[in-house]
Amino acid sequence: MSDDTTAATTTEQPAPDRAGAPEPGSPGRGTARMLEVSGLSAWYGEARVLTDVSIDVAPGEVVTLVGRNGAGKTTLLRSVMGLHRQIEGTITLDGSDLVKRSADARARAGIGWVPDDRGIYASLTVAENLLLPPVVHADAWPLERVYEFFPVLDERRDFPGTKLSGGEQQMLAMARVLRMGSRLLLLDEPSEGLAPVIVQRIGEIIREIKGQGVGVLLVEQNVKFASTVADRHYLLAQGKVVEHLGNDDFKAREGELLTYLGM
Amino acid sequence: MSEFIQYTLQGLAAGGFYALSALGLAVIFGVLGVVNFSHGACYMLGAVLSAVLLAELNVGFWAALVIVPILMFGFGVLMERLLVRWLLELDPLYNFLLTFGLTLVIVEAVKQRYGVSGLPYQVPAGLGGQVSVGSVNLSVYAIFACLFSVVVCVAVGLLLTKTRIGMIVRAATEAPDRTRALGINVGLWVTPVFGFGIALAGLAGVLAAPTRAITAEMGSNFIIILFAVVVIGGLGSILGAVVAGFLVGLVEAYGIAYAPTYAQIVIFVLMALVVLVRPSGLFGREEVA
Repeated sequence: MSDDTTAATTTEQPAPDRAGAPEPGSPGRGTARMLEVSGLSAWYGEARVLTDVSIDVAPGEVVTLVGRNGAGKTTLLRSVMGLHRQIEGTITLDGSDLVKRSADARARAGIGWVPDDRGIYASLTVAENLLLPPVVHADAWPLERVYEFFPVLDERRDFPGTKLSGGEQQMLAMARVLRMGSRLLLLDEPSEGLAPVIVQRIGEIIREIKGQGVGVLLVEQNVKFASTVADRHYLLAQGKVVEHLGNDDFKAREGELLTYLGM
Repeated sequence: MSEFIQYTLQGLAAGGFYALSALGLAVIFGVLGVVNFSHGACYMLGAVLSAVLLAELNVGFWAALVIVPILMFGFGVLMERLLVRWLLELDPLYNFLLTFGLTLVIVEAVKQRYGVSGLPYQVPAGLGGQVSVGSVNLSVYAIFACLFSVVVCVAVGLLLTKTRIGMIVRAATEAPDRTRALGINVGLWVTPVFGFGIALAGLAGVLAAPTRAITAEMGSNFIIILFAVVVIGGLGSILGAVVAGFLVGLVEAYGIAYAPTYAQIVIFVLMALVVLVRPSGLFGREEVA
């Protein structure tokens, strides 16, 4: 019904049944999946913004959603978090259904929210920002470890959260969900608007998180950065998954993808 | 000079009523996103309940200061559970209309039962009369009302800044959705916060009872000024509500004293000026507006 006129679109995703073995040519991935989204469609009122999207993330895996503005990346993250409710399809975490659960229940089930505006509270200090969410998992980082890993947050404990620089706020947003013990992080454009040296640091943090078996679903427009941290990539266009690439293919086609993304 | 000090005290006492009520309004707006039009009616109920408790059960001012806020907390909980809750998912305008309708019902019900002529209430023993400070005579009750409001505002401030409950309320006030996404069941706090906000309006009513005419209509003008207070302070800002409450009380008192013809207007001129210079209010954040 929808005529797809998007430039780089090659093939439509083959219809459902992605729960079984990976389809031929599909990038390799861990067997145990943590997050599984299948057949997800989302609307804002009458406007359909996601169509039959199926993605998955395994523990210790970094998966990106790449696409132009308006491709539906943030809506997909918000749907997984439970902040966007006008959806159809299934979303499971470790096999248990999330769709009917509230955002706070999903957070307590292990999903960590790091929004594109960093989501730092102005009316809370840095320490309070860290301590606000409940600890939901035994692997949660103790506060001492958070401060050791992010010394800048230690120095500014009593600052109002929004008095930090953009990069520091990004660190705080990530530290907050690690302190909480989230098992799957939803990172919405963590590199946006930050200096290269900070972006590099965020890359290090993502690799550290990954090493602990935490899954990361990363929305990223910075193709170069995405290729340094991720295992797999989903390319979204007009609310659909149009490509699913392993990181090697992704790197090989970087130039083409950059053109496609208009960057 | 001595007159000026008297007006200032009167202004601060009246400002205390505004500050307490606006604090309740701000917390409710922050956590629920509801602009509670019935806040003036709840203030009136606080005053009426004090008078009724005294007349029918011989319960005095000091006891009323404790009992009435508890009763109003219960009233707020019922209001939220039975009515407000069902409209929270819809456009905020629905709850505005609901609480507006509720105001009419409350006001008419009070008129029906207690008439329109005003209920008697005395300044409590020990707080009557005047005290001389140098050459200035000050009303003891006004001093009490002012100090009491400040103490309650500071206590609420400490509750909000020093406790985990306060931290959650601040977070939910600033960004309810994000707070949910960080694992906090904001819904759990909605009912007690609503009750708490209504209780503060009731408390302001008790404090006002000895100095104001207690009638069913006493909340009608009050709510309008209260809206000016929250706009001046910054919608959703808790500190702003308190500071603007006292500020408006002062401006109103000076207006009545020095420019009685314009007394009703000065507050709104102040509001217009503040909005012109800082559209999100004195303590409001830009993104809130």
